[in-house]
Amino acid sequence: MKIGVCLKQVPSTDTQIKVNGAGNGIVTDGVKWETNPYDEYALQAALDLKKAGKATEVVILTIGGADAESRIRDGLARGADRALRLDDAAFAGSDALGRARILAAAVKAEGIGAVFAGRQAIDTDNGATPAMLAEVLGWAQVSWIDKLTVDGGAFTAQRAAGGGFKEVVTGGLPAVFTCDKGLNNPVAATLMGIAAAKKKAIDVKGAADLGVDPSTVGTAGALVVEDGMSPPPPRPAGRRIEGDAATAARELVQLLRNEAKVI
Amino acid sequence: MGNGILVFCETDGGNLRKSAFELLSKAASLGLGPVSALVVGPADASQAGAWGASTVYHVTGDAFGSYSTGATVKALQAAIAAANPAAVLASASQIARDAFPRLSARIGAGLAVECTDLRAEGGALVGRRPVYAGKALVDVRVKGTTGLFTVRPNSFPVGAAPGGSANVVALDAGVGAGDVDVTVTERIQPASTVVDLTQAERIVSGGRSLKSKESFDAVVRPLAASIGATPGASRAAVDAGYAHHGDQVGQTGKVVNPTLYIALGISGAIQHLAGMRTSRVIVAVNKDPEAPIFQYATYGIVGDLFEVAPALQAEFAKL
Repeated sequence: MKIGVCLKQVPSTDTQIKVNGAGNGIVTDGVKWETNPYDEYALQAALDLKKAGKATEVVILTIGGADAESRIRDGLARGADRALRLDDAAFAGSDALGRARILAAAVKAEGIGAVFAGRQAIDTDNGATPAMLAEVLGWAQVSWIDKLTVDGGAFTAQRAAGGGFKEVVTGGLPAVFTCDKGLNNPVAATLMGIAAAKKKAIDVKGAADLGVDPSTVGTAGALVVEDGMSPPPPRPAGRRIEGDAATAARELVQLLRNEAKVI
Repeated sequence: MGNGILVFCETDGGNLRKSAFELLSKAASLGLGPVSALVVGPADASQAGAWGASTVYHVTGDAFGSYSTGATVKALQAAIAAANPAAVLASASQIARDAFPRLSARIGAGLAVECTDLRAEGGALVGRRPVYAGKALVDVRVKGTTGLFTVRPNSFPVGAAPGGSANVVALDAGVGAGDVDVTVTERIQPASTVVDLTQAERIVSGGRSLKSKESFDAVVRPLAASIGATPGASRAAVDAGYAHHGDQVGQTGKVVNPTLYIALGISGAIQHLAGMRTSRVIVAVNKDPEAPIFQYATYGIVGDLFEVAPALQAEFAKL
């Protein structure tokens, strides 16, 4: 079985974010990029299955330009076999559903039997593309897993169920899994892995290669329009409470009760 | 475009959740036409009527005994077909996270997730939501007949019930065997019985300054319990083994939206702020007067948490 791993580069958590002139995105110049942290759990899950003899090949799927290749190369260095970089002028401005359609076309073209993705990407925090991908493919989905076993075409996974509950679910492949912290401990690339990755292929595929109708993706196909992006309003200046612990605690409780009215 | 707003109401033990009343109150205030509600599974669906829903669609059946993506999507499809709403609102719960993208792809409806504000503009609904770890906010509009919006819990106050009664309509979602694609074999209770962080109205969180699991348990948990708050932790505290990953607030943990967030010995790294910066009132207790958390705190105490937390607990006990 071939496994597809969705991998996205995102601005690193500590990078400064500046809104662009149009108010519909960020200024990307000078941004420090990293692999979406949840995608690292997804990649590790796929690599673990291959190591256990339950998968034959791990293929990275990335929608993005050439600037995404350093993060793809890191995934290859960690042990993925090869990568598809999905890139086309028609893909620009895709919303989550457009991205799901692009990924679905790649999954079909590759004959992939299971997809692993992060539970969300920490740039837009939509967390919507994987379930949309499952729907476009007509596959089962299991969201926010932190345990997984695969036995032939059957799987058992533990997923988040809201309110702190977990659920153990069983089902059959093909399926899309979204991966949460706790599923595994992602292993960084070794020097040997980095050397091996240089010889691994990153194939670039566009709309025509994948048979994607350009009117269903990109700005043309987007159902969601974002604008008016701005930094969050500054929080009103806070108040320092002085005095020893007992005095400060007394004043704080009084403020929480009479001023903020939250106690 | 459709007309009115359909609210997907989640239930707990046969009653509508607080998040449902929050969304029904907001929907009624938007002035975008009639408010209807969808209740799935065994519950007193008529409760939605007292909060302004004129029609409540109630879907029941064997497929709704435990949560199923496919069955839930079918129920939503049936209610949308019946109500033809301009917008569907749901709490940004685990169910919505799982089902709404699938629904969006199935019916070709735009989806705006984790909104912290909603407003009507030109007869359409606009969602505002945090992106890039809360370093920016963006407006989201959707094209087409029906837009789907999920809303972070505690974003809106629950108004007093205006009263009224709804027309409860039993709806057949037409769920077939093929719609239930995974089988739930076990449901595991959370270790603690307190309200989950993602829904909590009050949270007391501890950071690395707690120094050990023992002191985390002795300081953070009792203070939280004294005001019915849910205990939380920073990533540093979780990585150091003072608390479970399920307690983690922040970018690789839970995103919370309480009315009161008390941070004990938490410096306020971006990672942590990403998970709690929308909290209404933030209290910071930290030895370091330069800690970034103080820039976000409504009330700040520069001091030793091992002295301040017990003093605070003693004051809460007097209430």
